[in-house]
Amino acid sequence: MSPSNQRYTGPAISAHWIIALLIIVAWPLGVYMHDLPLSPDKLKLYSYHKWIGITVLLLFVPRILWRITHRPPAALPMPAWQHKIAEGTHHLLYLLMFLVPLSGWLMSSAKGFQTVYFGVLPLPDLLAKNPDLGDLLKEVHEALNWALFILVGLHVAGALKHHVIDRDSTLRRMLPFAK
Amino acid sequence: MNFRHIALPAAALLISGAAQAVEFKHVDAAKSSLAFSSKQMGVPVPGSFKKFSTQISFDPAKPTAASTVLEIDLASIDAGSKDANDEVVGKQWFNVKAFPTAKFVSSGVKALGGNRFEAIGKMTIKGQTRDIVAPFTFKQDGANGVFDGGFVLKRMDYNIGEGPWADVSAVANEIEIKFHVVAAPAAAAKK
Repeated sequence: MSPSNQRYTGPAISAHWIIALLIIVAWPLGVYMHDLPLSPDKLKLYSYHKWIGITVLLLFVPRILWRITHRPPAALPMPAWQHKIAEGTHHLLYLLMFLVPLSGWLMSSAKGFQTVYFGVLPLPDLLAKNPDLGDLLKEVHEALNWALFILVGLHVAGALKHHVIDRDSTLRRMLPFAK
Repeated sequence: MNFRHIALPAAALLISGAAQAVEFKHVDAAKSSLAFSSKQMGVPVPGSFKKFSTQISFDPAKPTAASTVLEIDLASIDAGSKDANDEVVGKQWFNVKAFPTAKFVSSGVKALGGNRFEAIGKMTIKGQTRDIVAPFTFKQDGANGVFDGGFVLKRMDYNIGEGPWADVSAVANEIEIKFHVVAAPAAAAKK
């Protein structure tokens, strides 16, 4: 099998797209919900946002273990600097997949609201209630999310550049159902 | 027979006699607390009332004669966050402008055995009056009497949370109330 035909493994492809979808839902939800006046809908949206975030955090564990134990297909020919940026972006995205939900969980604890997964499974509060720390963690959560936004943008731009301009199989080998 | 043999039992008798007649009346507001826990999307959110006044008259030997009146300054609520505090004093929740206080007036106390009792009475919040049964324990801590108890209040019985807030899937109908009251005995033993 030539490197250009090599696809990512099934679990890697599934984890990539499931987490991508969760981020695409949770991110704008977070932006939208935090300015709403207090209402039952706001409480619901916050809960959905937290449940999605915890799901990402949970999926991150098997995903990173799979990534460590399974080499991804080798990069297709490209200039070294592009390869470096791509690799760096991937590593930072993994880091943020962990830090963004974790910072949200910590912020929720510090603000005095326990996270109860799907409304039934109470997660431990990692921090005691501390409104000042809660405000600080809100800033951290926001900053990390803007970093995530930029990196996802870079990641998507790179994938499209390979697909449309270079016309190689970089994107195709990560697509589900593609041959 | 020397003096000590008479004095000690006599003193013991006096003390036990006094203990039976002790009536706990003077509530120590600084040591007492009134807390609650609501459930928002399954998340328990603790809160409390900072200002409330309690009148108690309780003799553990005669619980049926006991009575209590509890008055809560609803604006003194801490519902867990600034947003929530601003919201719950409003019209749809407590409407504190029209109904600044909540009031519980006991109609009786039942002994349940041991140190367990049950206060029965009427709770009035936001113009609605409902029967409440509040189990509690009583113990003596030094000279003071300590009452610990709680009950579940259904907020919709009192229209606490109207309009969109009537949605009990967001904020549960059941609110857990917990009270801790410390009261000193009346200055002089009565009877």
